[in-house]
Amino acid sequence: MQIIEKTVKKTLLAASIVGLSTFGAFASDIRVGMVLEPPHLDPTAGAAAAIDEVVYANVFEGLTRIDQNGGVQPSLATSWTISDDGMTYTFTLKEGVTFHDGTGFDADDVVFTYDRARAEDSTNAQKGIFAPITSVTAVDPSTIEIKIAQPQGDFLFNIGRGDAVIVAPESAETNQSNPVGTGPFKFVQWDQGSRVILEKNPNYTGTPAFMNKARFVFISDPNAAQNAMLAGDVDGFANFPAPESLAIFEADPRYQVVRGSTEGETILSTNNAKAPFNDKRVRQAIAHALDRQAIIDGAMFGYGTPIGTHFAPHHPYYEDLLDTYPRDIERAKALLAEAGYPEGFEATFKLPPPTYARRGGQIIAAQLREIGIELELINVEWGQWLEDVFKTKNYDLSIVSHVEPFDIGIYANPDYYFQYDNVVFQAIIEKLNVTANEAKREQLARAAQRILTEDAVNGYLFQLAKTGVWNTNLEGMWPNSPVEGNDLTAVRWTN
Amino acid sequence: MIGFAAKRLFGVAVTLLVAAAILFFLLDILPGDPARFMLGINATEDAVAALRTELGLDQPAFNRFFIWLLGLFQGDLGISFSQRMPVTQLMAERLQVSLPLALGALALSTLIGLPIGIFAAQHRGKLGDTLAMVLAQIGIAIPNFWFAMLLVLAFAVTWRILPPGGFVPWGENPLLALRSLVLPTIALALPQAAILARVMRTSLVDVMQADFIRSARAKGLSQSQAIWRHGVRNALLPVLTIMGLQFAFLIAGTIIVENVFYLPGLGRLIFSAISARDLIVVRSAILVLVAMVILVMFIVDLAYALVDPRIRTGGGQDDG
Repeated sequence: MQIIEKTVKKTLLAASIVGLSTFGAFASDIRVGMVLEPPHLDPTAGAAAAIDEVVYANVFEGLTRIDQNGGVQPSLATSWTISDDGMTYTFTLKEGVTFHDGTGFDADDVVFTYDRARAEDSTNAQKGIFAPITSVTAVDPSTIEIKIAQPQGDFLFNIGRGDAVIVAPESAETNQSNPVGTGPFKFVQWDQGSRVILEKNPNYTGTPAFMNKARFVFISDPNAAQNAMLAGDVDGFANFPAPESLAIFEADPRYQVVRGSTEGETILSTNNAKAPFNDKRVRQAIAHALDRQAIIDGAMFGYGTPIGTHFAPHHPYYEDLLDTYPRDIERAKALLAEAGYPEGFEATFKLPPPTYARRGGQIIAAQLREIGIELELINVEWGQWLEDVFKTKNYDLSIVSHVEPFDIGIYANPDYYFQYDNVVFQAIIEKLNVTANEAKREQLARAAQRILTEDAVNGYLFQLAKTGVWNTNLEGMWPNSPVEGNDLTAVRWTN
Repeated sequence: MIGFAAKRLFGVAVTLLVAAAILFFLLDILPGDPARFMLGINATEDAVAALRTELGLDQPAFNRFFIWLLGLFQGDLGISFSQRMPVTQLMAERLQVSLPLALGALALSTLIGLPIGIFAAQHRGKLGDTLAMVLAQIGIAIPNFWFAMLLVLAFAVTWRILPPGGFVPWGENPLLALRSLVLPTIALALPQAAILARVMRTSLVDVMQADFIRSARAKGLSQSQAIWRHGVRNALLPVLTIMGLQFAFLIAGTIIVENVFYLPGLGRLIFSAISARDLIVVRSAILVLVAMVILVMFIVDLAYALVDPRIRTGGGQDDG
């Protein structure tokens, strides 16, 4: 008996040593690799996707929550009613919830959060979410009433995003370095430049997480990311940075490659206010010259779904317009000649840092050369892109993935960097924004997509793929990312 | 000597001031608004404006320059735009990695480089010399990020005896912290060792032709006795200068190796701050590094002057 006890002790000791070493993890422990480190950890005060990828749904929760299919689920609000005019939302709040620092959660925290986000000095990156709100009132500690100026179709989705998570007045100011939320995981520590550690929240009242501990490890170099996976130093990447390496993982039984989609429409952004791109025929000629599959194969190693308009192909409202401009060099040349450019022309092409832009840019330049358009490729950093392309609109063409969900509305703003100004389109979006009826919304969204494609506002290339690489024994990761985030609640080891 | 030191110190102060001004205004004309960068392309104009005010970016450049300078005099490096933490704290955290890494790499490169250099000088023109110098040439030619990747492939991916990267803080587990620095130290040290070996060899070969070595040999010392007693000590001066420069490089110029091993070092802090337009971090961190290099050079200058009186007297016959 003693011998057995000793053996057991020895085995346990050995196991704990293995567990302590950097290779091997406890079965209730997960290490997730990420390419970018968040600048800070407060999702209500920054646009960086990396913030949400650590804390959304893990540390912080909103009134509603977006599930992995993009549907709206109850979260801190257990249920809600919408008035007949669509302008008053009444939410019933979950009771017995506490923030991770022990302070209680009630309707006052919701009022505080929403008033802070829509205040004049708010630095919320999605302040637009709160723009329609006229008042937020705590009816009683577990009931909140929100009035909006006009009916809004996607209000419940919007308040489920990371920018609208509920924070407490006691901790709001320090959330950037010490995030305090109500979620299934609580923040433990952040080793700057290296990792963020979360642990299971023992007081969580909802469905508890499987993992006791979650570590986000920041690895920016694609080679290093691959080595970290192969050496077993991380258990997975929600979105692996190098598509060229995926074949290695697909061939190895220790790993699974999870193919999904992001909300990122990757487009050939076009300056619609600048000659010759202000001529619809020139833009249509470009559309005829683009070979989407060649771009996806060459720049993304085949990962990506072709799109014919500015809309996510997995969305139920998606209108398939891929065949509007089939690849046709003669037709493209004829359109250019009609527009007064029989010999083509020269233009600049500003490429931000991501792989899709730098690699895709070269392929597109080769494709447009076939119809006589000579592009000068200019590599820019994000800072310079924001200044030259986005702010001062000093550009001809660029490539960017627009990662916001359901963001077709950006085309209704003539000041947006495409400088697309179409009153018919603007009227449709205005109507869409105030329509709550699903069937009518779908009709309007489809009409809007058709207009964009008819006008060939931008070159529509592909939906950016989400390619997760995970240990084979893990399950419960999201294949798609309908919102920015890595919800770890359902992730568990199967061995 | 004191006059010499005072003159040099004044030079140090002026250099630092000029460096600060260049750093500030050069970065100020860089395109890209930090506030817009942080809030992204869908943020409303008023939210961006509010953040600009909060960060003090709405003030004229000269005001911001003097506020920054004033802070520097008080030892305050400012607050990071994007991370909202004091730059001093951010740098201190990164030095936990960068300082031991630089010191370790310097020590290792000395331990490898100097003996090889001395050996080559001793066997000048013979096979041993040629072999050692070919080795050194290879060491200099191989890019250290590539060498680093080979190390990871061998020790972490194939044999799994060392971690492929990352860093466990010293306070949490000193042994693991040390383990995570082994491969980066080797990757950084070898090219430096190759440089040291070449410098040591050249310097020692020069010294060995000096008159005092001939006298030592005439006195009856053997070749190797002469090398060890008189040669090496005198040949070390130029080597020390190189080591001073190497230390400065190892503290901040290791970004590529830090990337391969995803280490939270100073190089990555500065790199990510540049791409995020966190100008205050870039300015303050680079200024601290500039100050360090100038300080190292100042100390080397003083050491030279102490050793060699010709330097502090200007070398003239009727001076001093």
